[in-house]
Amino acid sequence: MDEWMKFLEVNFPRIIELTIEHATLVGLAIIVALLIGIPLGIYLTTNNYLAETVLQIASVMLTIPSIALFGVMIPIFSIINQGIGFVPAFVALVLYSQLPIIRNTYTAINNVNPEMRDAAKGLGMKTHQRLFRVEIPNAFPLIMAGIRTAVVLNIGIGVIAAYIGAGGLGVLITQGISRGDNYLIISGSVAVAILAMIADGILMWIQKRYTPKSITN
Amino acid sequence: MITFKQTTKTYEGGVTAVNKVDFTVEKGNIVVLLGPSGCGKTTLLRMVNRLESISEGQIIIDGEDSMSLNEIELRRKVGYVIQSNGLFPNMTIEENVMIVPDLLGWGKKEKRERFDYLMDMIGLSPDKYRKRYPHELSGGQQQRIGVIRALAADPPVMLMDEPFGALDPIIREKIQDEFLQIQKEVKKTILFVSHDIDEAIKMADKIVLLRGGEIMQYDSPSEMLVRPKSDFVYEFFGKDRAIKSLSLHTIEDLKNIIGLVEIDESIQDTKTINVHHDLRNTLSMLLNQEAEQVIVLDHAGSKLGAITIDLVQKYLHYEIKGKSSSAVKG
Repeated sequence: MDEWMKFLEVNFPRIIELTIEHATLVGLAIIVALLIGIPLGIYLTTNNYLAETVLQIASVMLTIPSIALFGVMIPIFSIINQGIGFVPAFVALVLYSQLPIIRNTYTAINNVNPEMRDAAKGLGMKTHQRLFRVEIPNAFPLIMAGIRTAVVLNIGIGVIAAYIGAGGLGVLITQGISRGDNYLIISGSVAVAILAMIADGILMWIQKRYTPKSITN
Repeated sequence: MITFKQTTKTYEGGVTAVNKVDFTVEKGNIVVLLGPSGCGKTTLLRMVNRLESISEGQIIIDGEDSMSLNEIELRRKVGYVIQSNGLFPNMTIEENVMIVPDLLGWGKKEKRERFDYLMDMIGLSPDKYRKRYPHELSGGQQQRIGVIRALAADPPVMLMDEPFGALDPIIREKIQDEFLQIQKEVKKTILFVSHDIDEAIKMADKIVLLRGGEIMQYDSPSEMLVRPKSDFVYEFFGKDRAIKSLSLHTIEDLKNIIGLVEIDESIQDTKTINVHHDLRNTLSMLLNQEAEQVIVLDHAGSKLGAITIDLVQKYLHYEIKGKSSSAVKG
């Protein structure tokens, strides 16, 4: 226990710093992923043929081992002199979070009660009115569930980003492994877990807060 | 007024759902589209507000060809009520009811007044329900809200797709009565889909009986019961058509034609019934022997006489069977 206290006394500021770095990387990646994934998911509900293809590609993306994807990013981004560091890691994380976001958005909108959609049309709502007043509010819990999955997934995968010099909590773990320092490995892992739980907790709160009361029951 | 002219719906695979339908729904009338499932009644209804496209022919609403109107404008001008689940769970009752006025850009005050007026009309307190959500209401209340939502922007024409189909029989009958009362006041031109013969007889000024997308008969309920034009129509209304037709007549009709019997003051076990009660319910009351004597009261509550099963039978014989035999002769 004493040893832990000593370790933390020395390393705590650095752990915090790396946590912030990690959260920033994942946070920015998620924001961009949402900007792409949600409109795409909504658009796909109007084009079933394309939907299948896009969802397949997104699924394949998720099956690529993260370390391999990060590796592939290096030569690609070397072209613009960004081979290592933030940019390749950021792009890889955006790609990884597409599947849960697109698929949940697509499924959620598609699963809106057809009678409800029918009523919206029959009352004379235009497509965008129907989308924003009826479909998205009623699909919201499921869309949020996808976002939460993507966030937790990215916080985990973000650890690997340390290998390509993107920083974050993965730095503690990779250093710990190379130095055989268990304190570093454990502190890094615990910090990742705590970060994931906090992020998920915040998103859960947002989900509950903005889900129409009547849909939750 | 809604006029169908050779209206036809053919699906891509070549299936014809509605075939050259011709009829007119007069202003202020309720026309019920009735028929077995798959007869095209819902398709025909949905063609009016263009939720289904028209393959051939025309639908003319108050003098304008529906195809010449903008789809969105058209739907806002035509009230639409569907079976359960049509209310949006993410909106309050007021938001739900005021959707069309909102889409049309009404002012806040105007919307509020309209909401209060409509809620009063269906006997629900506007302030109590304003901020509630649909799931907090009973099925019957939700359906009433669905009806006033369609009435919100005061459209001249209303489409109702089995609006009371999901309700239990007792509530359904009550809401039907209420709706007929409302209709007396608002006098909308209504096209109403039903698969329930009793509902059709009760609600309709005229019934369109459909089979395989074609009109089998277009007539008033009593004509259809008494003078079916084909075996199909005859079979469709079933063997108890005579009893069904009783729901079109009230005790008053019976009193005017054959009169009531004297009240026997010596009988203690009596029940009373209003003269405007329909004969079908009266008959079931008599058959259940709820009392030894049933006394008919007028609106003021004074006794007009007593009614018996024999009287109903006589009336049935003279009025309905008589008409039908004369029809055969004619």
